[in-house]
Amino acid sequence: MFANERMDRIIDIVVNSFLPMLKAGIAFTVPLTLTSFFLGLILALLTALARISGIKPLDAVARFYVWVIRGTPLLVQLFIIFYGLPSVGITIGPLPSAIIGFTISVGAYNSEIIRAAILSIPKGQWEAGYSIGMSYRQALKRIILPQATRVSVPPLANSFIGLVKDTSLAATITVTEMFRVAQQITATTYEPLVLYCLAGFIYLIFSTVLSNAQGQMEKRLDRYVAG
Amino acid sequence: MIEIKNLHKQFGQTEVLKGIDLKIEEGNTVCIIGPSGSGKTTLLRCLNLLETPTKGTIKLGKFSLDFQDKKPVSKDKVIKFRQQTGMVFQGYNLFPHMTALENIMEGLVYVRKQDKELSRTKALQLLKKVGLSERANHYPSQLSGGQQQRVGIARAMAMEPEVLLFDEPTSALDPELVGEVLKVMKELAKEGMTMVVVTHEMNFAREAADKVVFIDKGVIVEEGTPQQIFEHTGHERTLQFLNKLCS
Repeated sequence: MFANERMDRIIDIVVNSFLPMLKAGIAFTVPLTLTSFFLGLILALLTALARISGIKPLDAVARFYVWVIRGTPLLVQLFIIFYGLPSVGITIGPLPSAIIGFTISVGAYNSEIIRAAILSIPKGQWEAGYSIGMSYRQALKRIILPQATRVSVPPLANSFIGLVKDTSLAATITVTEMFRVAQQITATTYEPLVLYCLAGFIYLIFSTVLSNAQGQMEKRLDRYVAG
Repeated sequence: MIEIKNLHKQFGQTEVLKGIDLKIEEGNTVCIIGPSGSGKTTLLRCLNLLETPTKGTIKLGKFSLDFQDKKPVSKDKVIKFRQQTGMVFQGYNLFPHMTALENIMEGLVYVRKQDKELSRTKALQLLKKVGLSERANHYPSQLSGGQQQRVGIARAMAMEPEVLLFDEPTSALDPELVGEVLKVMKELAKEGMTMVVVTHEMNFAREAADKVVFIDKGVIVEEGTPQQIFEHTGHERTLQFLNKLCS
Protein backbone atom coordinates (compact mmCIF):
# COMPACT_ATOMS: atom_id res chain seq x y z
CA MET A 1 0.00 0.00 0.00
CA PHE A 2 2.57 2.43 1.23
CA ALA A 3 4.93 1.53 -1.61
CA ASN A 4 2.22 2.12 -4.12
CA GLU A 5 1.38 5.54 -2.77
CA ARG A 6 5.05 6.53 -2.85
CA MET A 7 5.32 5.32 -6.44
CA ASP A 8 2.36 7.46 -7.47
CA ARG A 9 3.88 10.48 -5.78
CA ILE A 10 7.18 9.97 -7.56
CA ILE A 11 5.51 9.61 -10.92
CA ASP A 12 3.56 12.75 -10.17
CA ILE A 13 6.72 14.66 -9.35
CA VAL A 14 8.52 13.42 -12.46
CA VAL A 15 5.62 14.34 -14.69
CA ASN A 16 5.21 17.74 -13.10
CA SER A 17 8.94 18.59 -13.03
CA PHE A 18 10.00 17.33 -16.41
CA LEU A 19 8.52 20.20 -18.37
CA PRO A 20 9.70 23.04 -16.12
CA MET A 21 13.20 21.53 -16.12
CA LEU A 22 13.26 21.00 -19.84
CA LYS A 23 12.01 24.57 -20.24
CA ALA A 24 14.80 25.88 -18.02
CA GLY A 25 17.19 23.80 -20.08
CA ILE A 26 15.96 25.28 -23.32
CA ALA A 27 15.62 28.81 -21.93
CA PHE A 28 18.91 28.97 -20.01
CA THR A 29 21.19 25.96 -20.40
CA VAL A 30 21.14 25.92 -24.20
CA PRO A 31 21.54 29.68 -24.83
CA LEU A 32 24.15 29.91 -22.08
CA THR A 33 26.10 27.11 -23.68
CA LEU A 34 25.80 28.40 -27.24
CA THR A 35 26.66 32.01 -26.39
CA SER A 36 29.60 31.12 -24.18
CA PHE A 37 30.95 28.61 -26.65
CA PHE A 38 30.68 30.96 -29.60
CA LEU A 39 32.31 33.88 -27.76
CA GLY A 40 34.86 31.48 -26.28
CA LEU A 41 35.73 30.23 -29.74
CA ILE A 42 36.55 33.76 -30.91
CA LEU A 43 38.63 34.32 -27.79
CA ALA A 44 40.31 30.95 -28.34
CA LEU A 45 41.18 31.74 -31.95
CA LEU A 46 42.68 35.11 -31.00
CA THR A 47 44.64 33.48 -28.19
CA ALA A 48 45.91 30.70 -30.45
CA LEU A 49 46.97 33.25 -33.10
CA ALA A 50 48.77 35.27 -30.41
CA ARG A 51 50.60 32.12 -29.33
CA ILE A 52 51.83 31.28 -32.83
CA SER A 53 52.44 34.90 -33.88
CA GLY A 54 56.05 34.88 -32.80
CA ILE A 55 55.45 38.32 -31.28
CA LYS A 56 56.80 37.93 -27.75
CA PRO A 57 54.52 40.24 -25.71
CA LEU A 58 51.40 38.81 -27.40
CA ASP A 59 52.60 35.29 -26.78
CA ALA A 60 53.32 36.11 -23.13
CA VAL A 61 49.86 37.57 -22.52
CA ALA A 62 48.20 34.56 -24.14
CA ARG A 63 50.32 32.12 -22.15
CA PHE A 64 49.51 33.90 -18.91
CA TYR A 65 45.79 33.83 -19.61
CA VAL A 66 45.76 30.12 -20.42
CA TRP A 67 47.95 29.35 -17.41
CA VAL A 68 45.70 31.16 -14.93
CA ILE A 69 42.40 29.90 -16.29
CA ARG A 70 43.45 26.30 -16.72
CA GLY A 71 45.06 26.29 -13.30
CA THR A 72 42.04 27.46 -11.31
CA PRO A 73 38.63 25.80 -10.84
CA LEU A 74 35.77 27.10 -12.92
CA LEU A 75 33.64 27.28 -9.77
CA VAL A 76 36.17 29.62 -8.16
CA GLN A 77 36.24 31.79 -11.29
CA LEU A 78 32.43 32.10 -11.27
CA PHE A 79 32.43 33.01 -7.57
CA ILE A 80 35.08 35.68 -8.11
CA ILE A 81 33.07 37.25 -10.94
CA PHE A 82 29.66 37.10 -9.27
CA TYR A 83 30.36 37.36 -5.52
CA GLY A 84 33.85 38.87 -5.54
CA LEU A 85 33.82 41.71 -8.03
CA PRO A 86 30.92 43.64 -6.39
CA SER A 87 33.27 44.47 -3.49
CA VAL A 88 35.39 46.51 -5.92
CA GLY A 89 32.30 48.14 -7.36
CA ILE A 90 31.78 45.85 -10.35
CA THR A 91 28.37 44.26 -10.11
CA ILE A 92 27.34 41.92 -12.90
CA GLY A 93 24.04 40.06 -13.04
CA PRO A 94 23.90 36.27 -12.66
CA LEU A 95 23.45 35.41 -16.34
CA PRO A 96 26.09 37.81 -17.70
CA SER A 97 28.46 36.64 -14.96
CA ALA A 98 27.92 33.06 -16.06
CA ILE A 99 28.45 33.94 -19.73
CA ILE A 100 31.67 35.82 -18.93
CA GLY A 101 32.96 33.01 -16.73
CA PHE A 102 32.23 30.24 -19.22
CA THR A 103 33.54 32.26 -22.16
CA ILE A 104 36.87 32.91 -20.48
CA SER A 105 37.17 29.31 -19.39
CA VAL A 106 36.25 27.71 -22.68
CA GLY A 107 38.43 30.25 -24.51
CA ALA A 108 41.50 29.11 -22.62
CA TYR A 109 40.95 25.40 -23.19
CA ASN A 110 39.91 25.76 -26.82
CA SER A 111 42.87 28.01 -27.63
CA GLU A 112 45.13 25.02 -27.04
CA ILE A 113 42.98 22.84 -29.29
CA ILE A 114 43.09 25.42 -32.07
CA ARG A 115 46.81 26.06 -31.64
CA ALA A 116 47.55 22.34 -31.88
CA ALA A 117 45.32 22.04 -34.95
CA ILE A 118 47.09 24.92 -36.71
CA LEU A 119 50.49 23.47 -35.88
CA SER A 120 49.40 20.08 -37.21
CA ILE A 121 49.08 21.47 -40.75
CA PRO A 122 52.33 20.75 -42.62
CA LYS A 123 54.70 23.67 -43.22
CA GLY A 124 54.49 22.94 -46.93
CA GLN A 125 50.92 24.24 -46.94
CA TRP A 126 52.06 27.66 -45.74
CA GLU A 127 54.83 27.60 -48.31
CA ALA A 128 52.46 26.65 -51.11
CA GLY A 129 50.26 29.58 -50.11
CA TYR A 130 53.23 31.93 -50.08
CA SER A 131 54.43 30.55 -53.40
CA ILE A 132 51.28 31.77 -55.15
CA GLY A 133 51.82 35.21 -53.66
CA MET A 134 49.76 35.05 -50.50
CA SER A 135 50.44 37.08 -47.39
CA TYR A 136 50.54 35.49 -43.93
CA ARG A 137 46.96 36.54 -43.33
CA GLN A 138 45.71 35.18 -46.66
CA ALA A 139 47.51 31.87 -46.22
CA LEU A 140 46.11 31.57 -42.70
CA LYS A 141 42.56 32.33 -43.76
CA ARG A 142 42.39 30.45 -47.05
CA ILE A 143 44.78 27.54 -46.56
CA ILE A 144 45.56 26.82 -42.93
CA LEU A 145 42.38 27.53 -40.94
CA PRO A 146 40.04 25.52 -43.20
CA GLN A 147 42.28 22.50 -42.74
CA ALA A 148 42.78 23.16 -39.02
CA THR A 149 39.01 23.32 -38.58
CA ARG A 150 38.67 19.74 -39.72
CA VAL A 151 41.35 18.60 -37.30
CA SER A 152 39.86 20.48 -34.37
CA VAL A 153 36.20 19.45 -34.67
CA PRO A 154 36.40 16.26 -32.57
CA PRO A 155 38.25 17.86 -29.62
CA LEU A 156 36.13 21.02 -29.87
CA ALA A 157 32.96 18.93 -29.76
CA ASN A 158 34.34 17.31 -26.62
CA SER A 159 34.84 20.68 -25.07
CA PHE A 160 31.35 21.75 -26.17
CA ILE A 161 29.69 18.79 -24.50
CA GLY A 162 31.81 19.47 -21.43
CA LEU A 163 30.48 23.00 -21.39
CA VAL A 164 26.85 21.84 -21.58
CA LYS A 165 27.42 19.98 -18.33
CA ASP A 166 29.55 22.70 -16.76
CA THR A 167 26.71 25.18 -17.14
CA SER A 168 25.10 23.41 -14.16
CA LEU A 169 27.68 25.33 -12.10
CA ALA A 170 25.75 28.48 -12.95
CA ALA A 171 23.18 27.26 -10.41
CA THR A 172 25.68 28.27 -7.71
CA ILE A 173 25.52 31.88 -8.83
CA THR A 174 21.72 31.89 -8.87
CA VAL A 175 21.13 31.45 -12.60
CA THR A 176 17.85 29.57 -12.89
CA GLU A 177 19.17 27.10 -15.42
CA MET A 178 18.02 23.51 -15.43
CA PHE A 179 19.93 22.27 -12.41
CA ARG A 180 18.82 25.23 -10.32
CA VAL A 181 15.22 24.37 -11.12
CA ALA A 182 15.86 20.78 -10.06
CA GLN A 183 17.25 22.09 -6.76
CA GLN A 184 14.25 24.31 -6.25
CA ILE A 185 11.77 21.50 -6.84
CA THR A 186 13.79 19.24 -4.54
CA ALA A 187 13.55 21.83 -1.81
CA THR A 188 9.77 21.56 -1.82
CA THR A 189 9.31 17.86 -2.56
CA TYR A 190 12.26 16.27 -0.70
CA GLU A 191 12.94 13.82 -3.53
CA PRO A 192 16.59 14.55 -4.37
CA LEU A 193 17.29 11.16 -5.94
CA VAL A 194 14.43 11.43 -8.39
CA LEU A 195 14.98 15.04 -9.38
CA TYR A 196 18.74 14.91 -9.73
CA CYS A 197 18.44 11.73 -11.81
CA LEU A 198 15.90 13.51 -13.94
CA ALA A 199 18.28 16.46 -14.36
CA GLY A 200 21.05 14.05 -15.34
CA PHE A 201 18.75 12.44 -17.86
CA ILE A 202 17.95 15.77 -19.53
CA TYR A 203 21.67 16.62 -19.71
CA LEU A 204 22.18 13.23 -21.31
CA ILE A 205 19.56 14.04 -23.97
CA PHE A 206 21.27 17.35 -24.76
CA SER A 207 24.71 15.73 -25.01
CA THR A 208 23.42 12.96 -27.24
CA VAL A 209 21.86 15.42 -29.66
CA LEU A 210 25.14 17.34 -29.74
CA SER A 211 27.25 14.23 -30.32
CA ASN A 212 25.10 13.37 -33.30
CA ALA A 213 25.53 16.89 -34.65
CA GLN A 214 29.29 16.45 -34.27
CA GLY A 215 29.16 13.27 -36.33
CA GLN A 216 27.32 15.08 -39.12
CA MET A 217 29.80 17.93 -39.11
CA GLU A 218 32.79 15.60 -39.26
CA LYS A 219 31.31 13.82 -42.23
CA ARG A 220 30.86 17.12 -44.02
CA LEU A 221 34.40 18.27 -43.29
CA ASP A 222 35.89 14.93 -44.28
CA ARG A 223 34.64 15.10 -47.84
CA TYR A 224 38.09 15.78 -49.27
CA VAL A 225 39.86 13.03 -47.36
CA ALA A 226 40.46 9.83 -49.31
CA GLY A 227 37.91 7.25 -48.20
CA MET B 1 66.56 38.02 -66.17
CA ILE B 2 67.97 36.59 -62.93
CA GLU B 3 71.27 37.66 -61.52
CA ILE B 4 72.58 36.29 -58.25
CA LYS B 5 75.68 37.82 -56.71
CA ASN B 6 77.74 36.54 -53.82
CA LEU B 7 74.76 34.79 -52.23
CA HIS B 8 75.28 33.37 -48.75
CA LYS B 9 72.89 31.45 -46.53
CA GLN B 10 73.60 30.37 -43.02
CA PHE B 11 71.47 28.14 -40.78
CA GLY B 12 72.74 28.73 -37.26
CA GLN B 13 76.44 27.92 -37.44
CA THR B 14 76.29 26.05 -40.72
CA GLU B 15 76.90 27.91 -43.89
CA VAL B 16 74.90 26.19 -46.60
CA LEU B 17 75.56 28.60 -49.46
CA LYS B 18 79.03 30.08 -49.59
CA GLY B 19 78.91 32.77 -52.19
CA ILE B 20 76.88 31.83 -55.25
CA ASP B 21 77.11 33.83 -58.48
CA LEU B 22 74.71 32.85 -61.21
CA LYS B 23 73.05 34.39 -64.22
CA ILE B 24 69.95 33.00 -65.83
CA GLU B 25 68.75 34.25 -69.20
CA GLU B 26 65.12 34.75 -70.06
CA GLY B 27 63.54 31.69 -71.66
CA ASN B 28 66.26 29.36 -70.50
CA THR B 29 65.90 26.14 -68.57
CA VAL B 30 68.60 25.77 -65.98
CA CYS B 31 69.08 22.50 -64.15
CA ILE B 32 70.81 22.52 -60.80
CA ILE B 33 72.39 19.22 -59.91
CA GLY B 34 74.56 18.07 -57.06
CA PRO B 35 74.79 15.65 -54.15
CA SER B 36 72.26 15.84 -51.32
CA GLY B 37 73.16 18.47 -48.77
CA SER B 38 75.02 20.48 -51.41
CA GLY B 39 72.69 23.46 -51.00
CA LYS B 40 70.84 23.21 -54.31
CA THR B 41 67.36 23.25 -52.78
CA THR B 42 68.35 26.11 -50.46
CA LEU B 43 69.53 28.09 -53.47
CA LEU B 44 66.21 27.52 -55.19
CA ARG B 45 64.26 28.51 -52.08
CA CYS B 46 66.31 31.68 -51.81
CA LEU B 47 65.08 32.63 -55.28
CA ASN B 48 61.50 33.04 -54.02
CA LEU B 49 62.54 34.02 -50.50
CA LEU B 50 61.08 30.99 -48.77
CA GLU B 51 64.56 31.21 -47.28
CA THR B 52 66.00 34.63 -46.61
CA PRO B 53 69.60 34.85 -47.76
CA THR B 54 72.11 35.97 -45.15
CA LYS B 55 74.10 38.05 -47.60
CA GLY B 56 74.25 38.90 -51.27
CA THR B 57 72.00 40.33 -53.96
CA ILE B 58 69.33 38.79 -56.15
CA LYS B 59 68.03 40.58 -59.17
CA LEU B 60 64.88 39.09 -60.65
CA GLY B 61 62.69 40.83 -63.21
CA LYS B 62 61.72 44.23 -61.96
CA PHE B 63 63.24 43.92 -58.51
CA SER B 64 66.67 43.79 -57.04
CA LEU B 65 67.09 42.86 -53.38
CA ASP B 66 70.19 43.38 -51.33
CA PHE B 67 70.56 41.19 -48.26
CA GLN B 68 72.63 42.08 -45.27
CA ASP B 69 72.93 40.56 -41.85
CA LYS B 70 70.10 41.55 -39.53
CA LYS B 71 68.53 43.96 -41.94
CA PRO B 72 65.17 42.45 -42.83
CA VAL B 73 63.49 43.15 -46.14
CA SER B 74 59.96 44.50 -45.72
CA LYS B 75 57.12 41.96 -45.98
CA ASP B 76 55.58 43.93 -48.79
CA LYS B 77 58.73 43.77 -50.87
CA VAL B 78 59.09 40.05 -50.19
CA ILE B 79 55.56 39.39 -51.45
CA LYS B 80 56.01 41.56 -54.56
CA PHE B 81 59.32 39.90 -55.34
CA ARG B 82 57.90 36.43 -54.76
CA GLN B 83 54.91 37.10 -56.98
CA GLN B 84 57.27 37.11 -59.95
CA THR B 85 58.04 33.47 -59.28
CA GLY B 86 56.08 30.24 -59.24
CA MET B 87 57.11 27.12 -57.39
CA VAL B 88 56.58 23.41 -57.86
CA PHE B 89 57.34 21.38 -54.74
CA GLN B 90 58.81 17.96 -54.25
CA GLY B 91 55.81 16.93 -52.15
CA TYR B 92 53.29 18.70 -54.47
CA ASN B 93 51.78 20.64 -51.54
CA LEU B 94 48.41 20.94 -53.21
CA PHE B 95 45.67 22.38 -51.01
CA PRO B 96 43.86 19.19 -49.93
CA HIS B 97 40.58 20.94 -49.15
CA MET B 98 40.21 22.23 -52.71
CA THR B 99 39.59 20.44 -55.97
CA ALA B 100 42.22 20.47 -58.72
CA LEU B 101 40.38 23.34 -60.38
CA GLU B 102 40.07 25.31 -57.14
CA ASN B 103 43.77 24.82 -56.44
CA ILE B 104 44.60 26.54 -59.70
CA MET B 105 41.97 29.26 -59.30
CA GLU B 106 42.91 30.12 -55.72
CA GLY B 107 45.75 32.53 -56.50
CA LEU B 108 43.85 34.19 -59.32
CA VAL B 109 40.72 34.79 -57.29
CA TYR B 110 42.11 35.55 -53.83
CA VAL B 111 45.55 37.00 -54.53
CA ARG B 112 45.00 38.67 -57.88
CA LYS B 113 41.31 39.35 -57.09
CA GLN B 114 40.34 38.37 -60.61
CA ASP B 115 36.83 37.65 -61.73
CA LYS B 116 35.79 34.14 -60.76
CA GLU B 117 34.48 33.08 -64.14
CA LEU B 118 37.56 34.35 -65.97
CA SER B 119 39.73 32.55 -63.45
CA ARG B 120 37.79 29.34 -63.96
CA THR B 121 38.24 29.55 -67.73
CA LYS B 122 41.93 30.09 -67.34
CA ALA B 123 42.27 27.28 -64.80
CA LEU B 124 40.46 24.92 -67.14
CA GLN B 125 42.81 25.87 -69.98
CA LEU B 126 45.78 25.10 -67.77
CA LEU B 127 44.30 21.78 -66.70
CA LYS B 128 43.88 20.90 -70.34
CA LYS B 129 47.46 21.85 -70.99
CA VAL B 130 48.71 19.44 -68.34
CA GLY B 131 46.28 16.79 -69.62
CA LEU B 132 43.91 16.70 -66.67
CA SER B 133 40.68 18.21 -67.98
CA GLU B 134 38.66 15.26 -66.71
CA ARG B 135 40.07 15.59 -63.22
CA ALA B 136 39.00 19.21 -62.65
CA ASN B 137 36.63 18.36 -59.82
CA HIS B 138 38.78 15.77 -58.10
CA TYR B 139 40.38 16.43 -54.75
CA PRO B 140 44.14 15.89 -54.50
CA SER B 141 43.57 12.74 -52.45
CA GLN B 142 41.75 11.28 -55.46
CA LEU B 143 44.68 11.89 -57.82
CA SER B 144 47.89 9.94 -58.41
CA GLY B 145 51.21 11.53 -57.54
CA GLY B 146 51.94 12.34 -61.15
CA GLN B 147 48.54 13.94 -61.58
CA GLN B 148 48.95 15.94 -58.39
CA GLN B 149 52.29 17.24 -59.54
CA ARG B 150 50.83 18.28 -62.89
CA VAL B 151 48.13 20.21 -61.02
CA GLY B 152 50.97 21.73 -59.00
CA ILE B 153 52.61 22.93 -62.21
CA ALA B 154 49.32 24.35 -63.47
CA ARG B 155 48.77 26.12 -60.15
CA ALA B 156 52.18 27.78 -60.40
CA MET B 157 51.64 28.66 -64.09
CA ALA B 158 48.29 30.30 -63.36
CA MET B 159 50.01 33.26 -61.72
CA GLU B 160 52.00 33.91 -64.92
CA PRO B 161 55.34 34.07 -63.16
CA GLU B 162 58.52 35.37 -64.78
CA VAL B 163 60.25 32.21 -63.69
CA LEU B 164 59.12 28.75 -62.57
CA LEU B 165 61.10 27.08 -59.80
CA PHE B 166 61.05 23.29 -59.51
CA ASP B 167 62.27 21.62 -56.33
CA GLU B 168 62.98 17.99 -57.24
CA PRO B 169 59.55 17.72 -58.85
CA THR B 170 59.78 14.01 -59.59
CA SER B 171 61.65 12.72 -56.56
CA ALA B 172 58.53 11.68 -54.65
CA LEU B 173 56.98 9.89 -57.63
CA ASP B 174 56.76 6.23 -58.51
CA PRO B 175 59.11 5.59 -61.44
CA GLU B 176 56.27 4.94 -63.90
CA LEU B 177 54.76 8.36 -63.12
CA VAL B 178 57.92 10.40 -63.64
CA GLY B 179 57.54 10.53 -67.40
CA GLU B 180 54.19 12.33 -67.48
CA VAL B 181 55.55 15.15 -65.30
CA LEU B 182 58.78 15.51 -67.24
CA LYS B 183 56.82 15.64 -70.47
CA VAL B 184 54.85 18.65 -69.24
CA MET B 185 58.06 20.32 -68.10
CA LYS B 186 59.73 19.74 -71.47
CA GLU B 187 56.78 21.33 -73.24
CA LEU B 188 57.04 24.38 -71.01
CA ALA B 189 60.76 24.62 -71.70
CA LYS B 190 60.07 24.46 -75.41
CA GLU B 191 57.51 27.24 -75.13
CA GLY B 192 60.16 29.52 -73.74
CA MET B 193 59.25 29.48 -70.06
CA THR B 194 62.17 30.46 -67.84
CA MET B 195 62.71 27.54 -65.50
CA VAL B 196 65.11 26.66 -62.71
CA VAL B 197 64.98 22.98 -61.92
CA VAL B 198 66.66 21.21 -59.03
CA THR B 199 66.69 17.61 -60.15
CA HIS B 200 68.23 14.16 -60.06
CA GLU B 201 66.84 13.35 -63.49
CA MET B 202 70.01 13.53 -65.56
CA ASN B 203 68.21 12.56 -68.75
CA PHE B 204 65.88 15.51 -68.33
CA ALA B 205 68.84 17.82 -67.73
CA ARG B 206 70.58 16.42 -70.80
CA GLU B 207 67.57 16.85 -73.07
CA ALA B 208 65.86 19.99 -71.82
CA ALA B 209 68.44 22.17 -70.11
CA ASP B 210 70.11 25.14 -71.73
CA LYS B 211 72.47 25.25 -68.83
CA VAL B 212 73.48 22.77 -66.15
CA VAL B 213 74.89 23.97 -62.84
CA PHE B 214 76.76 21.57 -60.60
CA ILE B 215 76.77 22.54 -56.93
CA ASP B 216 78.72 20.91 -54.16
CA LYS B 217 79.24 22.01 -50.55
CA GLY B 218 77.58 25.35 -51.06
CA VAL B 219 79.56 26.53 -54.08
CA ILE B 220 79.06 26.26 -57.82
CA VAL B 221 81.74 23.86 -58.98
CA GLU B 222 80.94 24.13 -62.63
CA GLU B 223 78.33 25.38 -65.05
CA GLY B 224 77.86 24.90 -68.75
CA THR B 225 75.77 23.31 -71.46
CA PRO B 226 74.59 19.76 -70.79
CA GLN B 227 77.25 18.57 -73.22
CA GLN B 228 80.03 20.36 -71.42
CA ILE B 229 78.94 19.01 -68.04
CA PHE B 230 77.94 15.47 -68.98
CA GLU B 231 80.47 14.69 -71.70
CA HIS B 232 83.48 16.88 -71.23
CA THR B 233 83.71 17.84 -67.61
CA GLY B 234 87.18 18.58 -66.43
CA HIS B 235 86.27 18.60 -62.79
CA GLU B 236 87.09 15.74 -60.49
CA ARG B 237 84.05 16.32 -58.25
CA THR B 238 81.57 16.55 -61.11
CA LEU B 239 82.96 13.33 -62.51
CA GLN B 240 82.71 11.56 -59.17
CA PHE B 241 79.11 12.68 -58.76
CA LEU B 242 78.07 11.62 -62.25
CA ASN B 243 79.79 8.26 -61.91
CA LYS B 244 78.05 7.57 -58.64
CA LEU B 245 74.69 8.22 -60.30
CA CYS B 246 75.43 5.74 -63.08
CA SER B 247 76.71 2.96 -60.87
